[in-house]
Amino acid sequence: MDRLVFRAGGWLLLGLLALLAAAAAADSGFAIHMVIAALACMIAVWVTASKADYGAMARGILKTPADESRYDDDPIRWGVIATVFWGMAGFLAGLFIALQLVFPVLNLNLEYTTFGRLRPLHTSAVIFAFGGNALIATSFYIVQRTCRARLAFPGLARFVFWGYQLFIVLAATGYLLGITGGKEYAEPEWYVDLWLTIVWVAYLAVFVGTIVKRKEPHIYVANWFFLSFIITIAMLHIVNNLAVPASFLGSKSYSAFAGVQDALTQWWYGHNAVGFFLTAGFLAMMYYFVPKQAERPVYSYRLSIIHFWSLIFLYIWAGPHHLHYTALPDWAQTLGMVFSVMLWMPSWGGMINGLMTLNGAWDKIRTDPIIRMMVLSLAFYGMSTFEGPMMSIKAVNSLSHYTDWTIGHVHSGALGWNGMITFAALYYLVPRLWGRKRLYSLRMVNWHFWFATLGIVFYAASMWVAGITQGLMWREYGTDGYLVNSFVDTVVALQPMYLVRALGGALYLAGAVIMVINIWKTIAGSPLREEKPMTETPHNEEADRPIVAVPAE
Amino acid sequence: MGDPNNISPAGEGRFSHKKLERNVSLLGFFALIAVAIGGIVEIAPLFWIKSTVEKVDGMRPYTPLELAGRNIYMREGCYTCHSQMIRPFRDEVERYGHYSLAAESMYDHPFQWGSKRTGPDLARVGGRYSDEWHVQHLVDPQSVVPESIMPPYAFLAERDLKAGDMKNDLTALSRVGVPYTKEAIAAANDDLQAQADPSIDGSEVAARYPKAQIRDFDGNPNRLTEMDALVAYLQMLGTLVDVDKAQPQQVAASADSAKGDK
Amino acid sequence: MDYDSLRHFADSWGLLGMVILFLGLVGWTFRKGAARHHDQAANMIFKDNEDE
Repeated sequence: MDRLVFRAGGWLLLGLLALLAAAAAADSGFAIHMVIAALACMIAVWVTASKADYGAMARGILKTPADESRYDDDPIRWGVIATVFWGMAGFLAGLFIALQLVFPVLNLNLEYTTFGRLRPLHTSAVIFAFGGNALIATSFYIVQRTCRARLAFPGLARFVFWGYQLFIVLAATGYLLGITGGKEYAEPEWYVDLWLTIVWVAYLAVFVGTIVKRKEPHIYVANWFFLSFIITIAMLHIVNNLAVPASFLGSKSYSAFAGVQDALTQWWYGHNAVGFFLTAGFLAMMYYFVPKQAERPVYSYRLSIIHFWSLIFLYIWAGPHHLHYTALPDWAQTLGMVFSVMLWMPSWGGMINGLMTLNGAWDKIRTDPIIRMMVLSLAFYGMSTFEGPMMSIKAVNSLSHYTDWTIGHVHSGALGWNGMITFAALYYLVPRLWGRKRLYSLRMVNWHFWFATLGIVFYAASMWVAGITQGLMWREYGTDGYLVNSFVDTVVALQPMYLVRALGGALYLAGAVIMVINIWKTIAGSPLREEKPMTETPHNEEADRPIVAVPAE
Repeated sequence: MGDPNNISPAGEGRFSHKKLERNVSLLGFFALIAVAIGGIVEIAPLFWIKSTVEKVDGMRPYTPLELAGRNIYMREGCYTCHSQMIRPFRDEVERYGHYSLAAESMYDHPFQWGSKRTGPDLARVGGRYSDEWHVQHLVDPQSVVPESIMPPYAFLAERDLKAGDMKNDLTALSRVGVPYTKEAIAAANDDLQAQADPSIDGSEVAARYPKAQIRDFDGNPNRLTEMDALVAYLQMLGTLVDVDKAQPQQVAASADSAKGDK
Repeated sequence: MDYDSLRHFADSWGLLGMVILFLGLVGWTFRKGAARHHDQAANMIFKDNEDE
């Protein structure tokens, strides 16, 4: 009882402090954020103090089976739903800003809906909200299964989930209000960064705590990747966001570093947000869900050891390739280029390890749409980890940098690799978490697969064309020795490609809508969709017999 | 696939990967070391190798008005479409001007080099267009450049600049190494007004911030708007350093090593 | 420790050291005795299927 009062009182105090900060705020954005924080604290007080079993109520609404299994799966179910929700929000924002680049009137002449404010909203929604929730949910799922232990600190695990959602809400509303640190993929301001740090340390505690109380002697390879992801993101986040606030009651802060040093710190962070958030964490999913879905162990456990250590060691060096030919010293650019090229090897080692897990079960690509998604995801992982090292070569980069080629590269990785492996993981998880026999429809997974694949093809192809077109037009000289194109000529030239890109995004979103329906129906417990089974391998009774050897004499 | 009840003693005794696989703190420790090395080797020397940022004449901290404009530039996410880093290629130098020097962003907390040119580079946009052009372009980009896909920022002209207490901003910047003097910090709010208000004597601003452009920027001398601040910032970009005087980096570096500079 | 001395180190002993370290680690991973252990670890996720 004392503990309850203590906790509820703590939240109440925090909420009151937030209200005070809102009243004394130096700018309106900070005031709005503090009100949101106060509301969150009040909800926490209510949930802590009232005796109602909100877990049970949530289970009723979400049609969750009573938690009879050995594992603590409630935060994972919430995480699955949050992943789907934020994914849809992020894809929609992406499609909208893609259309803004074709039809500028869609900026709506409002400050809140300009491309400049919505673009961070899109990137953060897909990377941190969609990807982050997928990572937290799957890591909690996998760490319990591979450790054969329930989550350590169940209360803290719930704090991680809800705290992370608060982080997302603060970040997203901040972008719309114009609160930004001005560093790509690290836009949230100082107090939101501090909050994320607290949540992240709690995440580390739950994850490591669960590993510590494991009943298995081994720590499975997926958990190494999750662990390195959590630790490295903590390091990157803290260092890159070091800043001095102008006022402790205002949203504005100034980065601790300036110019060259700030640029390299930022891209050390930015590239390894890709390397550890979008690669190491998702590789952890790959190392668990691909073997489970294929029902065979990972191709080579030794390769996974080499893959792990070389990937995490090499990735961290690759940041300077974002700063080729800038004022960054040449030696740093060269180091970044060399390590980026070397990074190709562990990346493909990981891809081979994942693909070859299907060795002897390749027919599943035809019969199992979830396996098919996983294979496509690994194929895109391989493609973008080949393209990346190529683009980090200075000669190539001189053409590709500042153009849409980079955007295309990022999206072949994000839509192809991160998106597809996440969809596959969601399709794997939902029937198991909600105690259903299988998904509502496998045919719909197939439709999702083809919509998404087609979408990525349109997206990547149009951005290659756009990027190379623009790069070449910028450097085109006439016979008179003058530049041929003004900047705006290149803008006009890209319009058709931007339209095709938006079409690709729309297809990808359409696939995701099919997923929402499928997952919704599965969770709701609808009777399975009546559909043709995914495969009907013909069977010939007559031919089904051994060849009778005719004796020679 | 092996008998799970009979855990193999292979590798026991010697140091094997199994130890890491069974000890989460050891695994985490080694992983942290593996990921820390690259960053330390690449980033740390930038702070102490002198030739990283060659000194050039003319660099000064931003005036309060320019700083407020820069904060608006970041608030509106201009960096998502505009770079401020000219690479040393013939076409870029002819299109945008002399390639960017490290020293030109030495007071930029944070840097705004950008990563994408949906619009042109802005590192040396200062002085290339008139104030009127900038105001018109920001209010309605398509009225000046019909093919432009830039969003309109008409609200900037209609809104008073509420930069808050600029003393706080200058103090924060001086804490991270920008050399604002005590006088500059104390006068921050007055300087903010004086730079854009023709009815106030701007000689102090000019003395404190060499090459500061002191005039009404948005065409409305009676009000200090966000447009004033943003245009003041855009008009100073790339105007501080006389780039033709600055030495190329190789020359500077070899001069350093000739002097035995450590 | 100026730029030149660091550069010389990186191009010579630093490079050699990293290559040896890498080859050593790969060789160590592929040493004979570890195979069985790796098999067990890889199959560990299939031991417990009661959650399905």
